[in-house]
Amino acid sequence: MKTIRLMGTTALAVLTGITPVLAQVTAIGAPEGQVNIVAWAGYIERGETVKDFDWVTKFETASGCKVSVKTANTSDEMVALMNEGGFDLVTASGDASLRLIAGKRVQPINIDLIPSWSTVDDRLKSAPWHTVDGIHYGVPYMWGPNVLMYNTDVFGDKPPTSWNVVFEEMTLPDGKSNKGRVQAYDGPIHIADAAQYLMFHKPELGITSPYELNDDQYKAALDLLRGQRALVGRYWHDAFIQMDDFKNEGVVASGTWPFQVNLLQGDKFPVASVIPQEGATGWADTTMMHVDSENPNCSYMWMEHSLASNLQADLSVWFGANPAVPAACTDGRGMQTAEGCTKNGLDDFERIRFWTTPVSKCPAGDCVPYYRWVSDYIGVIGGR
Amino acid sequence: MMTTNRAILPERGLGDRLSALFWRKPNLLLVLLLAPPVLWLGVVYLGSLVALLIQSFYSIDEFSGVIVPEFTLATYAELLRPSNFDIIVRTVTMAAAVTLGAAVIGFPLAYFAARYARGKWKAVFYLGIMLPLWSSYLVKVYAWKLILAKEGIIGWAVEGLGGSAVLNSVLALPVIGGTSLSTSYIGTWLVFLYVWLPYMILPMQASLERVPVSMLEASSDLGATRWQTFRTVVFPLAMPGIIAGSIFTFSLTLGDYIIPQIIGSSRRFIGQAVYQLQGTAGNVPLAAAFAVVPIVIMVVYLTIARRKGAFDAL
Repeated sequence: MKTIRLMGTTALAVLTGITPVLAQVTAIGAPEGQVNIVAWAGYIERGETVKDFDWVTKFETASGCKVSVKTANTSDEMVALMNEGGFDLVTASGDASLRLIAGKRVQPINIDLIPSWSTVDDRLKSAPWHTVDGIHYGVPYMWGPNVLMYNTDVFGDKPPTSWNVVFEEMTLPDGKSNKGRVQAYDGPIHIADAAQYLMFHKPELGITSPYELNDDQYKAALDLLRGQRALVGRYWHDAFIQMDDFKNEGVVASGTWPFQVNLLQGDKFPVASVIPQEGATGWADTTMMHVDSENPNCSYMWMEHSLASNLQADLSVWFGANPAVPAACTDGRGMQTAEGCTKNGLDDFERIRFWTTPVSKCPAGDCVPYYRWVSDYIGVIGGR
Repeated sequence: MMTTNRAILPERGLGDRLSALFWRKPNLLLVLLLAPPVLWLGVVYLGSLVALLIQSFYSIDEFSGVIVPEFTLATYAELLRPSNFDIIVRTVTMAAAVTLGAAVIGFPLAYFAARYARGKWKAVFYLGIMLPLWSSYLVKVYAWKLILAKEGIIGWAVEGLGGSAVLNSVLALPVIGGTSLSTSYIGTWLVFLYVWLPYMILPMQASLERVPVSMLEASSDLGATRWQTFRTVVFPLAMPGIIAGSIFTFSLTLGDYIIPQIIGSSRRFIGQAVYQLQGTAGNVPLAAAFAVVPIVIMVVYLTIARRKGAFDAL
C-alpha cells in the first residue's frame, strides 16, 4: 500500500540550529507486523515478570504488530542503540532526547495521527525536551520526581522540609549527626540538585535553571557538593544497592526515586518521602521514533496505544511514576488511583525541574557543558 | 621383462591434488592455517587497541565539547590534573595492596597444598580454591556487601564479642576508614583480595611443587635451619610463581570497575573513570588516555617481572 507518503517539509529546512531536515508521516497505513522498541528495564511489560502487569499482549492482538523490546540501562546505551539503527521507537529521558534530536536520529511526530494526543498532560505537550522550535519529536511516556526519602524512625513526627539534611552537617531529630548517614546520587546530574538548592538559598547567585550554570554558579554548586562529600559514606548508583544501604548501612536520608520508596514501604521498612521546599529534580521520558523507522505504521499505533490503554495506569504503579495522561489516575483503565498518583508526585509538577543535558550553548550565554560536569564530579567524589 | 611399478599413483581427486599442492608448497598450508588466528589477533585484538591509542591523542574542545581529531598531548596532560592523578594513584595503590595481601595469605596455603596435602586432601584443596571461581562474580560481590555492612554479620559478631571499640577505631583511621567496612577502602581491599586470591595461589603452588625435595634435604644436610632453608632455597625458587600470580592480581585489580562501585566510598578507580568518561560525557579522548595507563603500568611491571625470571619456566 502506498498510503504512506513521506513528505519533505521545506518549512523545517528553514529552521536553524539543531533542527534537521526531516520527513513526517502524514497517514497511517496497514501495520507492518512488528515494532522494535528500545526501552528502560521494566518499561514494557507483557505479564512475564508479574502476571498483572501487561500492556503489550492486547496491543499485539488488536494491531497485529509484534512488539520486540531491547532494554537499555543508561541514556548512553539508548543513544548508541539508536545510532546503530534497526529500531523504531525509544523511551528516551531528557538527558538523551535532545541529543537524539540534535543527532538527527529521531523524526518529527505528526500529532494529528495520534487521537489520544489531546489527553496528554498539558504541562508535557510542548515540553522542551522533546519539542524543538515548535516541532514535536515524540510522545510523552512517563515522568517522576527525585524525592527526598527519609527513615521515619529517625525523623519521627518531624519530616525533613529541606534538602539541607543531605547538604549540610546537622543534628537529626534522633539526636545524632547526619554525618555518614545520608546519601547522594552517584551521577554528575546531581550537580543540578546542588544548584537547585542554591537557587533557593542563595538567590544572589542568579541561577535560573539548575541545568544552565555559568562558571560562578557552577563553582558554588561544586563547593556545596564538596561539603556534602564529608557527610556521604557512599553515593548511590543502583536502586537495589541504595535500598540495601537504607536497611543495613544505617543510611537515613537521601535523594531517590519513588520506585525505591514504594518497594521499601512494601517491605514494611519505615521510610517516607517528601519534595522539600526547594523543589526537586526529576525525569521525564518520551517515546521517540527513529528517523529511518521501517515500521512507521506500527510505531504510530504503539504511540497511540501508549497513551490510550492501561499502560499509563499500570506502568505508573509498576514504576512509581506518573502517567503522561493524567486521566489514567482516575478513569479506572488500570490499577492506578488518584491517591497513587498523588503519592508519586503528580501534583508537584511545577516544583520539579526535569533532567536535561547541560550544553555550553544556553540562553544565558556560555554555560558549563556536561562533560565538565562529569570530570568535576569525579573530582568532588574523590575529595578534590 | 616385468613392468616397472609406478612410484607415483594417479591422482584420485581433489583431496589428492590439495595434499600434493600443500606438499609442494608447505608455506601455503602454514599461511592458510595461521591466517584466521593472526587476523583475529591483529585486527580484532590489537586493532581495537590501536584505535584506542589514536583516540587518546585527540582532545575535546573546551567550549563545544566536540572531539577534535588532531594530534595533541593535551589529553595526557589532563591525566596529571590533581583529581585525575588521584584516580591513578588510588588504583595503583589498591592494586599493590591487593597483590601484597594475596601473596601473604596465598603463600602458606599454596605451600601446604604443594608440600603436605596428599591424595584426597589435594582434591579438597583444589576444590576449595576453585569453588569461588565457579559462582558469579556479581553474586560474590553483593554477598560481600551484606557481610561488610554496618548491620552485617561482621559488625554483629564484633559487637557480640565486645569488640566494637576496636572496629570503630579501625574505621576511624584516616583515609582507609569510613562509616562502615563496606564504605571504606578496607572493605574494597578485602573484596578484591577475596575475588582474585585463586589467581595468586594457583601459579604459586605450581612453582612450589617444582622445588625438588632433594634440594631441601641437601640444605638441611648442610646444617641450615628450617628458616634458612625457606629463605635461601624455597622462597627464591618460588619467586617466579609469586610474580606470575602477582601479574594476575595486579592487572585484574587495575582494570576492575564493578567492585569499587558496590563496595567502598564511591571514589573512582581507573575502570570507573573510563566507563563514565566515554558515556554521556562523550570525552572519549580522556577515557582512552585513562585506559592507556594500566597498559603502561603493566608493560613496566612485566619488564621487571621478566628480569626476575618469572617467565623462565614457561
